Amino acid sequence: MLKIVRYGLLVASIIGMSSTKVLANDPIKKLSKKHVVADTINAGLKLPTGFEALKVADNLGRARHIAVTAQGDIYVKLGKLSSGKGTLRLRDNNKDGKADDIQSFGNFIGTGIAIKNNYLYTSSDDAVYRYQLNANGEVMNTEAPETIISGLINRRQHESKSVALDNDGNIYVNIGAYSNSCQIEDRKKGSLGKMPCPILDSAGGIWKFSASKLNQTYENGVRYATGLRNVVGLDWNTQNNQLYVMQHGRDQLHDLFPEMYTEKDNAEKPAETMYALKQGTNAGWPYVYYDPELKKKMVAPEYGGDGKKVSTDKNFADPVVAFPAHMAPNGILFYTGNQFPAKYKNGAFIAFHGSWNRAPLPQEGYYVAFVPFKNGKPSGEWEIFANGFAGVEVVTSTRSAQHRPCGLAEGPDGSLYVSDDSKGTIYKINYTGK
Amino acid sequence: MTSIKKGLIGVALLLLSINFLGFKSDIKLPDPIMASVLRGKEVYKAQCLACHQQDGGGVPHMNPPLDGALNVNGNDKARLIRIVLNGLADRVEIEGEMYSNSMASHKDLSNQQIADVLTYIRNSWTNKAGLVTVEEVKIGRSKLR
Ligand code: HEC
Repeated sequence: MLKIVRYGLLVASIIGMSSTKVLANDPIKKLSKKHVVADTINAGLKLPTGFEALKVADNLGRARHIAVTAQGDIYVKLGKLSSGKGTLRLRDNNKDGKADDIQSFGNFIGTGIAIKNNYLYTSSDDAVYRYQLNANGEVMNTEAPETIISGLINRRQHESKSVALDNDGNIYVNIGAYSNSCQIEDRKKGSLGKMPCPILDSAGGIWKFSASKLNQTYENGVRYATGLRNVVGLDWNTQNNQLYVMQHGRDQLHDLFPEMYTEKDNAEKPAETMYALKQGTNAGWPYVYYDPELKKKMVAPEYGGDGKKVSTDKNFADPVVAFPAHMAPNGILFYTGNQFPAKYKNGAFIAFHGSWNRAPLPQEGYYVAFVPFKNGKPSGEWEIFANGFAGVEVVTSTRSAQHRPCGLAEGPDGSLYVSDDSKGTIYKINYTGK
Repeated sequence: MTSIKKGLIGVALLLLSINFLGFKSDIKLPDPIMASVLRGKEVYKAQCLACHQQDGGGVPHMNPPLDGALNVNGNDKARLIRIVLNGLADRVEIEGEMYSNSMASHKDLSNQQIADVLTYIRNSWTNKAGLVTVEEVKIGRSKLR
């Protein structure tokens, strides 16, 4: 019986394959036919050999970041209210891998969510709250979250406030810049940059607050790192006790400065960059951007650059990893579990939401990537880990992508969870070795 | 079996080409609209496509779709003209969704270019609305402070 099903799927997938184009850099090319069967049943995902995926839940709405308790419950932060609520708790009572008990609470939308020391932290687009958890990892009072931080800038563009916590009682909050490149007129062709960029006083960086003090505002926090245009994915690396962030690089080099950049430049520059932060790190936005081809920090055209002028400013940090342009890294997770093969231990998974700003060239991203790490440093090239979220081989317009990876979390059993904020699917990826 | 299939494909191709020829020759769009649409497409590619995308589909939660949009197909042409001239960052709900990006002003486009690009977005993809004229854009511009 199982064999028949498998055979049917094999046929179906071969037919499917023959009618669609396989991208040159698509890992499926390297995989055997046998694996294609597994792809088809793996909730539509293409995974390395030995991994399997299933959908824990579907159609949840705008599922942004996720956090998993020691007991295996999944908390999901929603970017749009669902029946008036902004946070979900998914539970799998009969242990078949599918959520069969979904509760919702909280009347605010947002992105950030994290669990630390028996508290569930969630963020709206201008505040951070926390709920106490009981010994079973359940929110004790869903009606009364404590306000940790409020009054953070929210001007819609780059509005999400993602959070990460260290082991010393601090919480780090991204406050995105409400601008593309600090132009006098945002996204206006040829408009020059404001000097100095006034946005950086209260946004365009990571702020550090106490994770336990109530009612903090800007005055209680410190600007931990600056020059970061927008960070959605950030995670504390416990191996070397350091905060790592993924920046969304600036858009529209060609649209705004067509005499200096081609459409191809527009699509392929700048890199999406990972930074390892220390207090005071300056990643250089809006003054510089990182060119993935030249592997250099370039002066932004708003600040006197022309696509060739390399920045000589010593204050600006270099990225630890540079990825292709515009893929919108929305989640990063350092894997500390024991379920996956050794190569994955302490490495970084990155959820790429997928691009919109590569048009008229095809869009890119819509996958989860992996970078091996040793002691806080990349120890190899990045690779695509889980692909196929878009459901189509080539995304020409962003809306045709079916699923868009957004958040990542590690389960108590070492499995990897991925959220999708387009259809609201939660994926669970397991290693079976088969 | 295969010959039936071939036959079906043949019919489909025939239908397609009739459609295509129809589009080329006695197109339903009146000539002045067609001419404006063709010019407008070039303006769209250079000024609008990045955000609103090739298929007018926009980018979920960032840039609204123009394809199928009530406002784009509607009668309030003055509003569309105002949006292109002034840009838009009102953060108002559009058909139940909020969009987080900022649209810059495009007032340096000529009245003709604005008329053309609006005529293009009103007559592309699944949209079927009328012409926006240079005269209407001129009036819209004169009302700007
Ligand atoms: C930088 C991205 C960007 C570019 C370039 C851009 N737009 Fe927009 N457009 C937007 C955003 C974002 C909104 C919604 C703003 C809001 O809700 O505050 C919008 C709204 C609109 C609307 C209103 C839609 C509705 O349903 O009410 C129209 C019409 C429109 N744009 C047309 C154009 C045209 C024509 C061009 C080219 C001349 C253009 N846009 C260029 C981002 C852009």
